[in-house]
Amino acid sequence: MKAQILPLVKKELLSEWRQRYAINGMILYLASTIFVCYMSFGLKAGTIDAITWNALFWIIILFTAVNSVAKSFIQDKEGRMLYYYSITSPESIIISKIVYNAVLLIVLSGIGILIYSFVMGNPIQDLPLFLLAVFLGAIGFSSGLTMISGIASKASNSGTLMAVLSFPVIIPLVLMVIRLSKNAMDGIDRSASTDEIITLLAINLIVGAASYLLFPYLWRS
Amino acid sequence: MKKNWWKILGVALVGYAILGGFLFKVPRLNILNETIRNLNFHVTMWFGMVILLTTSMVYAIKYLKKGDLHYDDKSVEFAKVGILFGVLGILTGAFWANFTWGEPWSGDAKQNAAAICLLIYFAYLVLRNSLQDEQQKGRVSAVYNIFAYSAMIPLLFILPRLSPDSLHPGNGGNPGFNFYDLDSKLRIVFYPAIIGWTLLGAWIATLQIRIKAITRATEDV
Repeated sequence: MKAQILPLVKKELLSEWRQRYAINGMILYLASTIFVCYMSFGLKAGTIDAITWNALFWIIILFTAVNSVAKSFIQDKEGRMLYYYSITSPESIIISKIVYNAVLLIVLSGIGILIYSFVMGNPIQDLPLFLLAVFLGAIGFSSGLTMISGIASKASNSGTLMAVLSFPVIIPLVLMVIRLSKNAMDGIDRSASTDEIITLLAINLIVGAASYLLFPYLWRS
Repeated sequence: MKKNWWKILGVALVGYAILGGFLFKVPRLNILNETIRNLNFHVTMWFGMVILLTTSMVYAIKYLKKGDLHYDDKSVEFAKVGILFGVLGILTGAFWANFTWGEPWSGDAKQNAAAICLLIYFAYLVLRNSLQDEQQKGRVSAVYNIFAYSAMIPLLFILPRLSPDSLHPGNGGNPGFNFYDLDSKLRIVFYPAIIGWTLLGAWIATLQIRIKAITRATEDV
């Protein structure tokens, strides 16, 4: 199992690296969205509310995540899927895709924080905790959205369906992660955030376990 | 007759709930006053919805295991009645909130969770409609059903309890049913009402399932 996952993750990363336009496109998407938000608020750095700053950041990350994860199954051709089917188990495929998307999202949201705080100001007081929130959020988005992308790829209008299916499912996670990162921004004592961290871990665990158990059935069709 | 006892029981219990809910003595509480009778019509809807959606999820698991389309019919019809209960729950809740909180929609944590929950199941129906092949439709939507259900649990049971500022009775220092109502006057109607409404919902679902089975049989001929 482990021996299969590592090469699969490596293959995903390699194919991403070889066709860099995809990742560059995502980074540009992220930068343009941030810039559109910055322009439409018409603000100078640092004049935006902490709550708005936080919510806007997560909305941008959410849309970037949906767009970048959506292609993980939709782009794979039927022939290649058949080839995977003959050489590996579905469990290792879903885990490798989740791991790969998590890495991708962590990189993207890291770049996102940099650009975002560059133009919109940086009111974060407890940066390590905020980064932890981003890390947990990226893993959660990845495990939830990868599965949804697999589901959506089976239908014809997968682009719309991806958004429709994923937003309601991902909302509990978004709410928790927004709450956690708000605590980090306000620099509240870290012991006050343990509830949020545990809930986030639990949601990630539930969603991850559900993906792991259900993907083999999706795979068969 | 032997098979129909639960339908009669359901109708009897709903009748009892309507009569008892309107006529029995209820405890006088601040703010709530007579509107506390909505407990038998609004809160029971949520209990019914969760029971019906759980049934739907169980049939989705059975479908994935056996691959029999009959289970898929059951799964989708129970989900549809669950959605109906959810809509009724929101309507009765909004009606009640209009008198108690002064406006039908106050952005309360539980109201939002209920709305998101309905969004998830509307997405489930959209997903079903966008797939053509019967077996694939069944399998993909069963996978989404189970996935959405496991993502809904934190939404309905964990998140509202983490935010203490809900306006609902029993939260955040508002007069509630459990704290003040120790004489159990409400419970003698409330518990039978849950069973009655749920049985009624199950009856609606079984009628739909039978209609589907008949259309499928006539199509084959």
